[in-house]
Amino acid sequence: MKNPTTKLSMLLAAALLALPVAARGEENGQFIPVLSYRTGPFAPNGIPWANGIVDYFELINQRDGGINGVKIIYEECETGYATDRGVECYERLKNKGPTGAAFVNPLSTGITFALTEKAPVDKIPLITAGFGRSESKDGSVFTWNFPLIGTYWTAADVAVQYIAKEFGGPDKLKGRKIVLLYHDSPFGKEPIPVLEALAKKYDFQLTLIPVANPGVEQKSQWLQIRQLRPDYVVMWGWGVMNPTAIQEAANVNFPREKMLGFWFAGAEPDVVPAGAQAVGYKALMLQHGAGRARVHDDLDKYVYGKGFGKSNHTDSSGVLFNRGMVGAMLGVEGIRTAMAKFGNKPLTGEQVRWGIEHLALDENRLKELGFEGMISPIKISCSDHEGSHTSRIQQWDGKQWKVISDWYTADETMLAPMLKDAAGRYAKEKGITPRDCSKES
Amino acid sequence: MFYREAGHFHDKYRDEMAIFQIREDRIGIRLLLIAAFVAVPLLHAAGVPPFAGDYLFSAVLTPLLILATAAIGLNLLVGYCGQISLGAGAFMGVGAYAAYNVSVHLPGLPLLATFLLAGAASAVVGLVFGIPSLRIKGLYLAVATLAAQFFLDWAFLRVGWITNYSASGSVTAPPLVIAGWHVDSPVERYLLVLAVAAIVALGAANLVRGNLGRQWMAIRDMDIAAEIIGIRPMQSKLTAFAISSFILGLAGALWAFVNLRAWEPYAFSIDRSFQLLFIVIIGGLGSIIGCFLGAAFIWLLPLAVEGIPRWLSIPIAADAAANLTLGVFGALILITLIFEPHGLARIWAIMKHKLRRWPFPY
Repeated sequence: MKNPTTKLSMLLAAALLALPVAARGEENGQFIPVLSYRTGPFAPNGIPWANGIVDYFELINQRDGGINGVKIIYEECETGYATDRGVECYERLKNKGPTGAAFVNPLSTGITFALTEKAPVDKIPLITAGFGRSESKDGSVFTWNFPLIGTYWTAADVAVQYIAKEFGGPDKLKGRKIVLLYHDSPFGKEPIPVLEALAKKYDFQLTLIPVANPGVEQKSQWLQIRQLRPDYVVMWGWGVMNPTAIQEAANVNFPREKMLGFWFAGAEPDVVPAGAQAVGYKALMLQHGAGRARVHDDLDKYVYGKGFGKSNHTDSSGVLFNRGMVGAMLGVEGIRTAMAKFGNKPLTGEQVRWGIEHLALDENRLKELGFEGMISPIKISCSDHEGSHTSRIQQWDGKQWKVISDWYTADETMLAPMLKDAAGRYAKEKGITPRDCSKES
Repeated sequence: MFYREAGHFHDKYRDEMAIFQIREDRIGIRLLLIAAFVAVPLLHAAGVPPFAGDYLFSAVLTPLLILATAAIGLNLLVGYCGQISLGAGAFMGVGAYAAYNVSVHLPGLPLLATFLLAGAASAVVGLVFGIPSLRIKGLYLAVATLAAQFFLDWAFLRVGWITNYSASGSVTAPPLVIAGWHVDSPVERYLLVLAVAAIVALGAANLVRGNLGRQWMAIRDMDIAAEIIGIRPMQSKLTAFAISSFILGLAGALWAFVNLRAWEPYAFSIDRSFQLLFIVIIGGLGSIIGCFLGAAFIWLLPLAVEGIPRWLSIPIAADAAANLTLGVFGALILITLIFEPHGLARIWAIMKHKLRRWPFPY
């Protein structure tokens, strides 16, 4: 080693090799991957959603020192809403931390479909709060999927219940025209079977009108709607499709009061770009809406007050931010439930799955958590991975979302057999023997 | 530097016509194949760091090899036959949905036969959409293949029987079983994909050296001259479309069955077509090894841009990394194309050339 350059480069190489090892260290905690999309066509919706998730994890760490003292370690991975990138993120993060990923919240229907095949092999539960595949509510077949607090089928049923009430009862639906304007992807097609069944039951005319991804071209669809003169337009959109639809509705003079968005078409990025044209537009709520609850005060104090906040302060009570927080909270409470059985230490995905399946949050517990009024009580069991089947309607008044209805509960007598059928078909296709839920403790 | 050509004298035409004319090249490629087929799985079993977990296999190597296979298919058409196509993603989709339908309706069929049928279905569709190439070329043909992309995208979404009347339009692949071998673990999946990629690469390399490949290249370089010397343009253009689509279909079936396992039509959208075209152009038009280099460039670069700061423990937000990736990506594509328009394969060839002539380069 006479040559100084050789010496220097060797030193540098050694330092580079040592650096990550030294910096990483052995961190003990519960690892939770965060699959988010802050870039790409759906970024305006993805950013507040992701902020809500990471801010809630940060709150748990800052306020409580973790879940029962076990710190949450989280890492974000950018999917750009693309399925293949999402799968890559999942593969990269699934084994991180001392016990691997506690659960995965894919934030995308496409990624959910892909991960549904992988989760049972890796033994990692999937939390898809408010999205994902509706039949995965049947926990006897979809052991690892948890479409908590609301599936698309629940939403479709509640939407029709609300429209029926507007007209003065289900019997008044006969002969009415309802249009489903949907994003042309599995996400948008999910409610179709339920709406078709309801159309048959109540004898209304259902017209399905697809909009191609990402949804900025809707001229011909709205021309068709103008010709059809429907009594209601139910809209199943996401991202840029929603404000575009509202503007197009204004262009053809379709009353915004007769447009009912689904809960992914009912956030601030959907109505704010449409400006005054969006006044009167209605949307379903994934239980929670915009606005502050007691948890937001803690957020101000422990996260934003200490400068850990991801969002800017005024945005941290919007619909999508709150959705992120609710999803994160359900996961954290699932882990807490599992800790009651397995002890206060980092848990494996399999243990967390047990915890989520036994998750029960009543009014008191929600109040303790500071989520009072944001979601209704939830109880998960082997046969019901959704937990609560309620939704409300909100309306945009130009400045903010106003809740304009009571809680509606989805009609289980109609949905349950359809669900059993769809889940059974999946089980047969995949050769899964459904668990016997009566034997599960 | 590594080895010299001195002392290699071919005294048989056979030797001169081999894919790898130099003995050291032949040894090298054999070593590479042994490393990929034997050493890598052994390293995985032994738990040596980058090979230890599932990540390298299921998130890096498997998609990379499938993309490289698809790129070979596209390169035969674009690089060798000169027929620009923007419909590669759709032809992959045809393969994926054909394989799905075969597995649903003929569940007893061996998996390899399913894959071959998927390729065949894609070849037929490719042939149909290749017919316009007989009358139009260049940019006009690109637009015609773009129409194929849009039409097939529409069909995947709308035609019920393609997705076996799945309500959401999303379908899932059956379990992979080849002659009793359950291809389950990431390493096994990697081996399956590697085998297909190796066979396709070898087949394509042989094809382009033979009669058909020479016809394609003649058509590419000057179709009128080719016709005058007796090459039938119809036959050679349509075979290029069919064989290219066959390989794309095969790659599509692998992408769906092995990589994604559950997919929606969006997985084979126009973005995929562009991605494949980028791979072919950056890797090098008319080069088989370029397909692998291009696929590696496209697939690994975003991972590296995100991964290197993380590895060095420099905190970087996920969205900043994603934007940085786009920036670095664009800059590198420009730099590559400005300094070497013939792509990575050409850089590789020059490198080899220089090393062989070392220390007397010219």
